[in-house]
Amino acid sequence: MNPLILKGVRPYGEGDPTDVLIRDGVIAAIGSVEAEDAEVVEGNGAVLLPGFVDLHTHLREPGREDTETIATGSAAAALGGYTAVFAMANTNPVADNEVVVQHVARRGREVGLVDVHPVGAVTVGLEGVKLAELGTMARAGVRVFSDDGHCVHDPLIMRRALEYSKALDVVVAQHAEEPRLTVGAQAHEGEQASRLGLQGWPAAAEESIVARDCLLALHAGARLHVCHVSTTGTADVLRWAKARGTDVSAEVTPHHLLLTDERLETYDPVNKVNPPLRTAADVHKLREALAEGVIDCVATDHAPHAVQDKDCEWSAARPGMLGLQTALSIVVETMVRTGLLDWRGVARVMSERPAEIAGLPDQGRPIEVGEPANLTLVDPDATWTVRGAEFASIAVNTPFEGMELPGAVVATLLRGRVTAVGGRIPA
Amino acid sequence: MAPRQRGATDPAGERELLSAGDVARTVARMAHQIIEKTALGAPSAPAVVLMGIPSRGAPLARRLAVRIAEFAGVEVPTGTLDVTLYRDDLRRGPTRPLEATKLPEGGVDDKLVILVDDVLFSGRTIRAALDALRDHGRPRAVQLAVLVDRGHRELPIRADYVGKNVPTARTEEVHVLLEEFDQRDGVVLR
Amino acid sequence: MKHLLSTEGIDPAQATAILDTAASLKQALEGREVRKLPTLRGRTVITMFFENSTRTRVSFEIAGKWMSADVVNVSASGSSVSKGESLRDTALTLAAAGADCVIVRHPASGAAHRLAGWLREAGTSVVNAGDGMHEHPTQALLDAATLRERLGDLRDRRIAIVGDVLHSRVARSNVHLLTALGADVTLVAPPTLLPVGVENWPVTVSHELDAELPSLDAVMLLRVQAERMHGGFFPSAREYSIAYGLSENRLKLLPEHAVVLHPGPMLRGMEIASAVADSPRAAITDQVRNGVHVRMAVLYHLLAHEEETA
Repeated sequence: MNPLILKGVRPYGEGDPTDVLIRDGVIAAIGSVEAEDAEVVEGNGAVLLPGFVDLHTHLREPGREDTETIATGSAAAALGGYTAVFAMANTNPVADNEVVVQHVARRGREVGLVDVHPVGAVTVGLEGVKLAELGTMARAGVRVFSDDGHCVHDPLIMRRALEYSKALDVVVAQHAEEPRLTVGAQAHEGEQASRLGLQGWPAAAEESIVARDCLLALHAGARLHVCHVSTTGTADVLRWAKARGTDVSAEVTPHHLLLTDERLETYDPVNKVNPPLRTAADVHKLREALAEGVIDCVATDHAPHAVQDKDCEWSAARPGMLGLQTALSIVVETMVRTGLLDWRGVARVMSERPAEIAGLPDQGRPIEVGEPANLTLVDPDATWTVRGAEFASIAVNTPFEGMELPGAVVATLLRGRVTAVGGRIPA
Repeated sequence: MAPRQRGATDPAGERELLSAGDVARTVARMAHQIIEKTALGAPSAPAVVLMGIPSRGAPLARRLAVRIAEFAGVEVPTGTLDVTLYRDDLRRGPTRPLEATKLPEGGVDDKLVILVDDVLFSGRTIRAALDALRDHGRPRAVQLAVLVDRGHRELPIRADYVGKNVPTARTEEVHVLLEEFDQRDGVVLR
Repeated sequence: MKHLLSTEGIDPAQATAILDTAASLKQALEGREVRKLPTLRGRTVITMFFENSTRTRVSFEIAGKWMSADVVNVSASGSSVSKGESLRDTALTLAAAGADCVIVRHPASGAAHRLAGWLREAGTSVVNAGDGMHEHPTQALLDAATLRERLGDLRDRRIAIVGDVLHSRVARSNVHLLTALGADVTLVAPPTLLPVGVENWPVTVSHELDAELPSLDAVMLLRVQAERMHGGFFPSAREYSIAYGLSENRLKLLPEHAVVLHPGPMLRGMEIASAVADSPRAAITDQVRNGVHVRMAVLYHLLAHEEETA
């Protein structure tokens, strides 16, 4: 592989534009660099960040290859600036054994656009009844376990999962949703859902599980990761739990940082997601909690769905939205433009913290000589209009359709290799 | 305000065809014609009822009844017949509000029903009225009385009693004004 | 008017126009030999019921037929719907087959709104005949028509809606319509059967039926669905009946002129005492009768005017 020069880039958006030389997958020099036969990517003052890491992606393979495959999802990830993604376990068959997780990892390597890390199921068949073989899957390389889509609601099973995971140096990521409080739930329980006649999904259903799990983790001395935090109350619980020394981390999705249940007015299920879109007050508090570090990182919960599963009546629709190719821009819109985060902060919530949480040694690293060249180059001044049909994903269910968003990925580098540039996957 | 001269065009582009006095005289003459033509009061004559077509046909029917009572000493029952739901041109305009239909005392079966309207133009309203009437019973005969016949018929319909024939251009509008609606009586061309 | 999807945000003038039309239709049809108007001749109306409701479907069917529309009934069972066809495809098929108006009852809130979106190009009108827990606008209109007959103008009239407001599309539609018509609406229910955020609705909320009765002009009882009785929303049918059932004794607390409404089907003995349901104060059969005229009026306002581009 020829050396590569990133010309005129600003690491973390700081200082004057400089040049970065990448050789053999590693940052070889920063400043005045020279290399014959080097490929050049023109930065034009773009912001250089460590490659993004998504702790929460649904790649749908195996099972729903009509909506996304590891190949198309990897392309979407690369175009979105990601160098590592965690593929959720709720595939068909479920990733609750080493065969499925090894398949996902192998397909990810074959595609080679992004490091695809399989997430293992916590319980067999995501049924919440019997622990899956966490140890076997951990030995097959699994770093994160989650029944996402389902809550590990039985407190005893959750306690066992947390305890057992301690020996494996892995983290259990909980989809916090008390199932008895969300029977038939269709939308955030609040004025909007009441008005629209949609069965409510109460904030307490999330908050109570997060509180319970934080206590379980604290008492077990185990690590806990909370998926897609969506309420003010959950942020408060996390703040409290962290202050007490709980080893808990949490993620928030881009859509929960931007959209509210006001969107439900049209009954268009493109806005249906689990946990549901909440209120403007929640959005505000989630942004603050992310800036403050109470919520550690942004994860997309990228969830492709077929047209027929979305272009239907609300209650029949599947929950979830595309996220990989819009995440950065939503973060720029909600966190950078608002002054809540600088580019160092973006690096933290999009790359460094998720890499730490999952224990990835080669991701989320500093932009320094000798570090692996997993990098994302961002044009902070670009604006673009979202067109779901133009995304790499097979599915088109983006709630941001037609929105004009700020910030664009100029290029993505995975171990020094360009995986996306100028909005395209290089041939 | 000085009485306007008949036929004069006022600044609003309005030409008076009948004054208030003319309207009263015309109604009286029509009452006489009805009495004569229906042999009203004669032992062998059929029972007559007047059905006004809302909006302005309704008060006209009542006025005719008053005159008939005055001249012939016979109380003719009156009613109203809304034809909106029978119109064939509903889809050519915004939603039309419905008016009241009120059958005269004793209904219309075996009666000589005289439909009363303000202006006879295309004939479509009368066509609708005949259809409507059919759903309310079976009159012995139906006649038509109009205050103004302005021509331009689109259907083979003719009035039995005409207050005034007014030749008009198709684009002109004939307005019958009645105190019940318009604070004054008259017929104007706009 | 292109569709009737909800009463929320309805222009009071529009609502009044529909109610006036319904009253005129009722009067026009009274005592007539032929109860059929030619108004919607050549228009095709399809009822599409994904939930059983004989009373509502029949009411719409009669309304359509009395207006001379061709009425076709599609039920979810026995059609391609039961073979897994999507609501969207079913709707597009019916529109392509020539429906001028689709009347839909569906268990999913918002189904009628979705339908109206899918049928935009076809130009088909949509009437919401009840969508999930959302709205049932023609029920509210027939309730308002019945109340107007008994009480006249509804401005400042005190009307209580009693029972399972949380799950009730009838309650939602009535709150929007009655308040739009100037009435003063009180919701009476245990807290478990009131929606979240009800304190911001344009209504008064009470948990004490007896306290409200003496000042009411009308009381509207809601159905308590069987599945709610076992859902833990209240301890027992007996306790519900004691607190919220309209007994004969409670009827005495109502002013002489006050009207009792129930959308049906009634649970006699629990929601309403039999003697109350059959008393002259109850306008329950009037509601059913007015249902036909109101639905005729709705069809008239949707179909008997020039094409709108909506």
